[in-house]
Amino acid sequence: MTPLPGDWEMVVGLEVHTELKTATKMFCGCANHFGAEANTNVCPVCLGLPGSLPVLNEKAVELAMAIGVALHCTIAPSTFHRKNYFYPDMPKDFQISQYDLPINKGGYLDLPDASRVSIERAHLEEDTGKSTHLGGSGRIHGADRSLVDYNRSGVPLVEIVSGPDIRSSAQARAYAAELRAILIATGASDGRMEEGSMRIDANVSVRQPGAPFGTRCEIKNLNSLRSLQRAIDYEALRQVELIESGTTVRQETRHWDENLGETSTMRTKEEAEDYRYFREPDLVDLAPSDQWQQRVRDGLPAMPAERRAALAALLGSPSEAQLDAVQVVVDLGLESFVHAAASAGADVGLALARAANELAAGIEDLANLSPSAFTATLQLEQSGALSATQAKTVLGELLASGGDPARIAATLGFEQLSSDTLGATVASLIDEHPEEWARYRDGDDKLAQFFIGQVMQRTKGQANGKAVIAELQSRR
Amino acid sequence: MRSAEETVRDVKSGATSASAEVETALAAIKARNDELHVFLYVDEEGARRQADSVDNAIARGDEPGALAGVPIALKDNLCTRGIPTTCSSRILEGWRPPYNATVIDRLLAAGAVPVGKTNLDEFAMGSSTENSAFGPTRNPLDPSRVPGGSSGGSAAAVAADMTPISLGSDTGGSIRQPAALCGLIGVKPTYGLVSRYGLIAFASSLDQIGPFAKNVTDAAMLLEVIAGHDPLDSTSLPEPSPSLVAHVNDGVAGKRVGLVRDLVDGADEDVVRAVDEAAQALRDAGATVVELSIPEFRLGLSAYYILAPAEASSNLARYDGVRYGLRVDASDVTAMNEATRTAGFGDEVKRRIMLGTYALSAGYYDAYYGQALKVRTMMIDAFARAYTQVDLLLGATTPSVAFELGSKTSDPMAMYLSDIFTIPTNLAGEAALSVPFGTGEHGLPVGVQLLGPGRSEARLFAAARVLEIAQGR
Repeated sequence: MTPLPGDWEMVVGLEVHTELKTATKMFCGCANHFGAEANTNVCPVCLGLPGSLPVLNEKAVELAMAIGVALHCTIAPSTFHRKNYFYPDMPKDFQISQYDLPINKGGYLDLPDASRVSIERAHLEEDTGKSTHLGGSGRIHGADRSLVDYNRSGVPLVEIVSGPDIRSSAQARAYAAELRAILIATGASDGRMEEGSMRIDANVSVRQPGAPFGTRCEIKNLNSLRSLQRAIDYEALRQVELIESGTTVRQETRHWDENLGETSTMRTKEEAEDYRYFREPDLVDLAPSDQWQQRVRDGLPAMPAERRAALAALLGSPSEAQLDAVQVVVDLGLESFVHAAASAGADVGLALARAANELAAGIEDLANLSPSAFTATLQLEQSGALSATQAKTVLGELLASGGDPARIAATLGFEQLSSDTLGATVASLIDEHPEEWARYRDGDDKLAQFFIGQVMQRTKGQANGKAVIAELQSRR
Repeated sequence: MRSAEETVRDVKSGATSASAEVETALAAIKARNDELHVFLYVDEEGARRQADSVDNAIARGDEPGALAGVPIALKDNLCTRGIPTTCSSRILEGWRPPYNATVIDRLLAAGAVPVGKTNLDEFAMGSSTENSAFGPTRNPLDPSRVPGGSSGGSAAAVAADMTPISLGSDTGGSIRQPAALCGLIGVKPTYGLVSRYGLIAFASSLDQIGPFAKNVTDAAMLLEVIAGHDPLDSTSLPEPSPSLVAHVNDGVAGKRVGLVRDLVDGADEDVVRAVDEAAQALRDAGATVVELSIPEFRLGLSAYYILAPAEASSNLARYDGVRYGLRVDASDVTAMNEATRTAGFGDEVKRRIMLGTYALSAGYYDAYYGQALKVRTMMIDAFARAYTQVDLLLGATTPSVAFELGSKTSDPMAMYLSDIFTIPTNLAGEAALSVPFGTGEHGLPVGVQLLGPGRSEARLFAAARVLEIAQGR
């Protein structure tokens, strides 16, 4: 994060589009599935064929309401509008969206740093198809050929519009990350930015503190948290430099080039489309009953903030590093393992560390690992029966193919070194390294690591680090 | 030619067969289609196949359906699987839909036999069928005159005894006006009564599919088959199809009828006279007729020519050359869109797309589209007030009998005025029909219009039947 020069302050609002994880599309029965062969999940409705009509998917409404509830919005009677503009990946040449009456309005999102960002609205709309421009410029104008895949056409989206409350690129990133975690927790989205299931537009302006908002530019289609942060930093600085050089900022839509690390003009305000919004006559008004709303509220699981708090409470007074681990564990939904270990009396800090590292790395294979096997492995490590390295190896085996931790340890030959063997090894190493031993004996604790390393090498990792230190201490 | 009612009866009894009826229809089409230009496409093979399957069902002793063996003509804005569907536009030339409109599936299930697709004003925009990219249809009763429009082909098919019944669509009068000009019953059902799924949209909030027939019973039979809830159309009414045929002879005794001055004033003398005579016939059958004025009706035309083009400008955006139909290649995609639409759409379609685009544009929306929506609300309220006093409304369908080809093509406003009496019903989403009553100038038929609240089709049919009986039919 690059701070702006002088007193300049950036003002940022984000528009986050998230695809909803429904089985079928928003207005037809086609599968909502990423990665299928081009133009296979299509029908007359999502191809916008003449005479076809949309029918609203109830599941999409339900997920939109879940997002609204999670963001403390009011669920309101809403309508659909047509947003009219020509683009080849939009089969009807209009997009069905919500306009003046969105399904969710007026909420907020609290970030881990305790700042609050207001949510103006979270409305339903349909996604477009996906264009690929071949040859020439690689953009729609000037390419040799354009191919369109309509599999994504009609996939349900929720657009979440924040207030202009964000004041740094880091806060923007934290907002997007927290929102992503919430979307995943509600089950509304898989949050996969790399697959385009979550896309961000950033509205950026700069001002002197207390001054009215400056002219804003909108950066379109940021598809990673890193791009988001870089693009905002670049854009805010660009605007400051413009103003300081005596020019003004022109209101426009800008494109972020990840390779160049720059934003560039897509279209100016004068070139902006007139979308000619009007009520979609093929759909009826949407007014979810109180009972339906209540069912959604009742069905909503705990949100990430609440889950992080619960995990942190187990630790007592967690360190910064542990708070980071808590975030990872909650983001990946691994806290059931930590909770299981904690209730079995295992060390919570150890459980958190193993979950945030080893389990996070093996997340694809998590189905092979039961919370009880995880707990048992931690207990073997805590008792000294397994070294840290051995415990990690056992976890790796468990993730790869399941099984019983003790048996895996035995199969791998991870038998506990008898204290006699350890004592003999330590004694011979002291003989072989008199200088290091002298320094350790004189109080240089760092040398303990040297001896542990030597013991591990000699015992092929079978020793327990803590036992080595105890052995060294006893000879000091 | 047998009526639909007679056809079903005789096909079921074995007095005729679906195949024989279809051959009669195909022969009638062959005899006059070149002269009248009624059908854009005749599906002989499909018609014979469907007729065979009806005959086979009867041979097996199966129930062949409520329209067993009845040949039917379809306006060419109804999607028919594998059969060209053009909306009489170059822009859709050659396109074959991969699916059937809901009404088509219902017709097939009821044993009806679609024989082909009929001519219309391009995208149903017009009142004479002269706006077809493939040439005008002529009125079978006087080929120098228009059959009305936009469903002129479907009206002419029945008037020329090519088929006993047909389907049209009515956005501002496109069924009732040609019915009046061709001497037929034509029905604009309550909005939502008939599924629009597969009807190529002109103005979605106004469009309804409805029947043409030579008599009230046939029209009721056809509407019963196509009406009823369809989950594929979100604006479809939730109820199943109403019982209509059973109520055709309910009469009008004790009914209160409002003769609406605003649906007569300005019409030709012969038309005014027919409406007065129809009022008398209803009185004679036991109805009370009172005169009403509903001045809001006079705002209908202006509101309609904002709302319908606005919706059309959006509905017709998809004809961009990218996915189907005509494509005129050009240097880039925007130029291709423009070249395609310039070549593919006729003048009236372009005129309405421009009107509608303008009416929805930033800075103009409130003055045009927003204002027209208010008029629409006024219209709904005005109808509702009228229906607290009376059960039905009566007026003219059109200001004049069928006019000559070419007489209004150079003056769009004169053409638009053909629909002045039919538009209020579409704006309010209610029901109305046109029933022939007497003859006017040149011995041409005059249509009178019966209007009723939503889902009053049975009442309208009963009143129309009274007018039929009064004419000895």
